[in-house]
Amino acid sequence: MTDTIALQVTRYRPDRETEPTVEEFAVPLHNDWAVLDGLNHIKDNMDGTLSYRWSCRMGICGSCGMMVNGEPKLTCASFLTDYGRGPVRVEPLAGFPVIRDLVVDISDFLRKLPKVKPWIVREDEEPVGAGEYLQTPAQMDAYRQFSMCINCMLCYSACPVYALDPDFVGPAAIALAQRYNLDSRDQGAEVRLDLLIHPEGIWGCTFVGECTRACPKGVDPAGAIQRYKLTAALHSVKSLLLPRGAR
Amino acid sequence: MTTGPGDFTERAGDQAYHVRPYRPPVNLLWWLRRRTYLFFVLRELSCLAVAWAVLFLMLLVRAVSEGGDVYAHFVTWARMPWIVVLNVVAFAFLMLHAITWFNLTPAATVVRLRGQRVPPAVIAGSAYAGWVVVSALVAWIVLRQ
Amino acid sequence: MAERTKQSGRTTEPILWLLFSAGGVAAALFLPILIFIFGLAVPLGWVAPGSNHLQGVLANPLTLLVLFGLCVLSLFHWAQRFRYTLIDGLKLKGYQRLINMGCYTVAVIGSLTVAVVLWLAR
Repeated sequence: MTDTIALQVTRYRPDRETEPTVEEFAVPLHNDWAVLDGLNHIKDNMDGTLSYRWSCRMGICGSCGMMVNGEPKLTCASFLTDYGRGPVRVEPLAGFPVIRDLVVDISDFLRKLPKVKPWIVREDEEPVGAGEYLQTPAQMDAYRQFSMCINCMLCYSACPVYALDPDFVGPAAIALAQRYNLDSRDQGAEVRLDLLIHPEGIWGCTFVGECTRACPKGVDPAGAIQRYKLTAALHSVKSLLLPRGAR
Repeated sequence: MTTGPGDFTERAGDQAYHVRPYRPPVNLLWWLRRRTYLFFVLRELSCLAVAWAVLFLMLLVRAVSEGGDVYAHFVTWARMPWIVVLNVVAFAFLMLHAITWFNLTPAATVVRLRGQRVPPAVIAGSAYAGWVVVSALVAWIVLRQ
Repeated sequence: MAERTKQSGRTTEPILWLLFSAGGVAAALFLPILIFIFGLAVPLGWVAPGSNHLQGVLANPLTLLVLFGLCVLSLFHWAQRFRYTLIDGLKLKGYQRLINMGCYTVAVIGSLTVAVVLWLAR
């Protein structure tokens, strides 16, 4: 008879509730089970109506972000045995509207992301015949860390500024903008700067640093944002002091 | 089922269904929820110690410029228990400000030398070294005979 | 109205952030030792620099310049941090314009006061 561990799961069924409730399930405590495995066990064997997002179950798709004992985590990367005898509280990702059970509305982020133009922007395109845009290892190193983002939004969940002001562009979006700004093949730094240097852009960030602590991929969005602030501020000063022609 | 603000209707084919997202309220004491949030707020509140230090320095400057008696009176005033306590607290917060500031400086300053990124520890170390030099210089200027 | 605020925010925010950063560095480097000496060591009698000597230090224009820069930058550092703390800490986003103007008005008045005090002390 395997040990069990209690999973206290948030339920929210908008068709019959106005507020979320908590339901407790006893899940087998296997050494190699992640919290996600526990949720799957509940859905397969106990309550098929439990709703949550997941996909790759190996920490690369970014779908299964939830609050586990109050911390934003990928449920596929958090193991039941990490939580001792339990109980393990599983709640929807903080800072986002809850659609149902553990499923949150991420459309705000999906709207913000394309605005920062997270792709290579070129002013002048090379003809295909000229070959690829070459890049040295050192040049790739300059942005590599920021390219690790899997859009899991744990950073948004950790960020108190985003919780207080959903207009804030947010850690991942700015880190991704930096990923392309620092890419030697990209020529879109000016365009992105224009989009992000406003009070709800990079200046909304007060360097709490929780986003970096929450990130499962080591992206360090807080560092990306601080560097961007410096770049943006110096750029603004330069454009104020120098006439248009000299720039 | 009642409708409310924030509800919206989604259509899937012929089927319309009502979505009512739940938006949890943000507690006014959100910063007490986590130790890291509390530390952050304390760090931010160190700016009050900075403002107090400016005020105190201006009172000091005025006392020094007016000469011997006024300066002695200032020192006596500064010796009052509640002023000393205030300055102890202010000093603690100024240290908090300085230490967190120098520790966070590497995040914003990325320097590349010969293709390699200068390690963050070196940047922070240089900042601390500068701090020691400035403090020693100020102490020497003020305290030399 | 919101658009105009956003536009003016684009030019002022970077400058205010640079002032905040410069102020942070200046405050971190100079204020701890100054408060330690004059807020603790002197009143508690651990050291006793003569007032004539201090007057001499103050009379040096370099001292006045450094003090001016230090105090003004520190005040603008305070203004930035404090306005964000009020808005985020007390959830006062609706009063943003009022809080911003209030904090920077205090910083400006403070800076003028510093200028006057140092001018009179020269």
